[in-house]
Amino acid sequence: MTASIGHVAIILGFALALWGIAAPILLHRTGNPTFLSSARTAILGQFVLVTIAASALIFGLVTTDFSIQYVAMNTTRATPIYYRVTGLWGALEGSLMLWEWLLIIFSGLVAWIYKDRHRETMPWVLMIFSIVSAFFLAVLAFASNPFQTISPVPLDGRGLNPLLEDANMMSHPPLLYTGFVGLTVPYAFAMAALIVGKINEDWIVTTRRWTITAWFFLTLGNLVGAWWSYHVLGWGGYWAWDPVENAAFMPWLPATAFLHSVQVQERRHMLKVWNLSLIIVAFSLTIFGTFLTRSGVLSSIHAFSNGPVGTIFLAFLAVILICSFGLLAYRADLLKGQPQLDSMVSRESTFLLNNVLLVSALFTIFLGTIFPLIAEAVTGKPVSVGAPYFNAATVPIFLALVFLMAVGPMIAWRRASLDNLKRNFLWPAVASLAAAMIVFIVAVRDFLPLLGVTLCAFVAATILYDTGLAVRARRRLAGEGVFRALGTLARRNQRRYGGLVVHLGIVLIALGIAGSMSYSVERQATLGRGETLAVANYKIRLEGLRAIEQPTHYRVEGVFDVSRDGRSIGELAPALKFFPNQQSPVGRAVHRSTFTEDLYLILSGFSELDKNRATLKVLVRPLVVWIWLGGAVIALGTLVAIWPVRKTSTVTVEQSAASELVAEG
Amino acid sequence: MALRRLIITLAVIVPLVALLAYGFFRDPRYIPSPLVGRPAPTFSVKLFNGEKVNLADLRGKVVFINFWASWCPPCIAEAKELEATWQRLKDQGVVFLGIEIQDTEVNGRAFVDKFGLTYPNGADANGRIAIDYGVWGIPESFFIDPDGRIVYKHVGGIGAEILAAKAAEARERIMTTKEGKGDYQSIR
Repeated sequence: MTASIGHVAIILGFALALWGIAAPILLHRTGNPTFLSSARTAILGQFVLVTIAASALIFGLVTTDFSIQYVAMNTTRATPIYYRVTGLWGALEGSLMLWEWLLIIFSGLVAWIYKDRHRETMPWVLMIFSIVSAFFLAVLAFASNPFQTISPVPLDGRGLNPLLEDANMMSHPPLLYTGFVGLTVPYAFAMAALIVGKINEDWIVTTRRWTITAWFFLTLGNLVGAWWSYHVLGWGGYWAWDPVENAAFMPWLPATAFLHSVQVQERRHMLKVWNLSLIIVAFSLTIFGTFLTRSGVLSSIHAFSNGPVGTIFLAFLAVILICSFGLLAYRADLLKGQPQLDSMVSRESTFLLNNVLLVSALFTIFLGTIFPLIAEAVTGKPVSVGAPYFNAATVPIFLALVFLMAVGPMIAWRRASLDNLKRNFLWPAVASLAAAMIVFIVAVRDFLPLLGVTLCAFVAATILYDTGLAVRARRRLAGEGVFRALGTLARRNQRRYGGLVVHLGIVLIALGIAGSMSYSVERQATLGRGETLAVANYKIRLEGLRAIEQPTHYRVEGVFDVSRDGRSIGELAPALKFFPNQQSPVGRAVHRSTFTEDLYLILSGFSELDKNRATLKVLVRPLVVWIWLGGAVIALGTLVAIWPVRKTSTVTVEQSAASELVAEG
Repeated sequence: MALRRLIITLAVIVPLVALLAYGFFRDPRYIPSPLVGRPAPTFSVKLFNGEKVNLADLRGKVVFINFWASWCPPCIAEAKELEATWQRLKDQGVVFLGIEIQDTEVNGRAFVDKFGLTYPNGADANGRIAIDYGVWGIPESFFIDPDGRIVYKHVGGIGAEILAAKAAEARERIMTTKEGKGDYQSIR
């Protein structure tokens, strides 16, 4: 029953999506406005139907209706309720269901919010949504049906992959999918602008908040993924340059580039083709990511499911690329006649450079990801590309980007004067060099990490200096206190100060990555009870092993007493989890975080319980915690940037508040 | 003008999609085993019956080495089949050698008794043998030809048919560089 309701809802949704594609075309042909409202109704109807289908699947999962194959594969009677719900995105069919659900939520919101606006482009925006939705609904209806029934009905299900039984499982996939799906909004508006042939800044201004929101979810999705990898996969790392990780990260690069380059178009009417290309690439990469994850064409540590879905996604990707870039090529004549760069030392050129670097990073990662395919096609020999390539190729690019994060927001538009440069960068440069000296003396002697720290300090210093000047000016002008002044500044120029806070978050992440990449210590040893392993400042003593029965599995914990510099800091108990349906145990690493470093313990093996010997791997990874804190700062910055504020007077965006107020004062 | 731009667009996109489509026709997990074709790492193992077997002493015979553990489902699934094949091949110059890894000796003995395994079986007490043979999952099997070279590697349950065929090939010193795979997938 549940299965039939869900399946019928999907098929009806598909039919409505087809109508949603046809209606704008009919509107264009006949000029009959009822077709516009029917395009909108098609979206809202799909929203209702897909919500019914998704609810049916969740209901099936929660009530462990094993007549549905998907439920039987992803839950057991013992599965706790929250993991039954998250089973919605525990495997391919449900993930596609979630994706479609999020997509249609976004589409519905757009259709509802812009009900009476953008009369010319809106029909085509809705059509793009319906096309993407029709694709996903077709896959769900005909190729990868989450409501496939099985008979006879099994007595119990197989259950989630044990690695997915983790709290982050609840947040990581939905965050990432929200990011992916969110990019559909600017893409749809961009395509609509191209179709109508009205290619000004409207589509960019309209979708600004949407794009920032999508970017934010994409960022958070990747960070939570890294966090999951770090604390669940139990190998002590957070990023492995695995194809699936790259697939999630790649759309972030053009999306980030886009966020910056649209400011140039808004301000100076430049880079029109470039911006359209960026958003097409970003959106295509979300589909490419799913193709990569689900086709099994590349080897990955992530579980790949083979099947027809990979082929279908590739076909859809080809259609998107050809139609979007084809349309862009067709319309390119309208995009001519752009202003030229006035000077190489200006905010425009800095943003342009930032774009070039981000796209280079994208190309580098894309090439590394698909290189095994290229190599095998050309030489016939399998090759794998690993972390050393990606690190070597991208670290310099990312360092350069950090440098630009300091310059971009402060340098003047059009042409920066020497005075402008001196005013904004002299003291921050001095401060960051001083910081570099101190860091050099105290700890860091290697070039790359030292450069990384210096650049991070430079970014932080420019931001703090500029904001400090602006605050001082407000105190003088309006007599406000520091916090009040900060509030006023952020409210008057949300985008600028939101962006600066996000930059600070990125700086923290860069510091965390630099520290943990460069100065991690790793040791492994087999210990008997009472024996001690010394790593860095830590001493780790095996107290014994203990076995615990859990609802879904059996776990063996190694209990270790940990002390740092001779002071005991308590007990840590990494474990191995044995699931009845799994061939090998799943590790449960534990770590203890401080602001300076993480201590990370992995139980690699143990002898029979009575002998109490355990093999332990210990990592000491500096500054990791700043990566996660950086994520929180980015979240804060995004809120500052998109928080809806009623403005009393129009304020010129993108003024360098400090310099202008100082000039007045 | 627009047409030229369109052609350029297609010239970029079509090869890219073709390359990705090519991916469907290859096995991304295929990694040629660096061990195949090399002399088999020597070892000696103490059998459950107390005897000691030295691989070097088996030169001139085809040796089938099977790494297993009592807790591993595909090992349980193939235990009887291995014994039956052993009964068929033991008079044809083929030696079977079961090596128990990542397990306790008590469990190992119980396993051998339970399935009535009569071919030599012993425990890899400190895990050295499994490391030398690069064992990643269980079960994994190797064929060694009469010259002491590894000629075939199989990951997962091997099955009587492949076992007999590879035994015959090993006798002829025929090498298979591509590693075989059982139906059973290890970690999913």
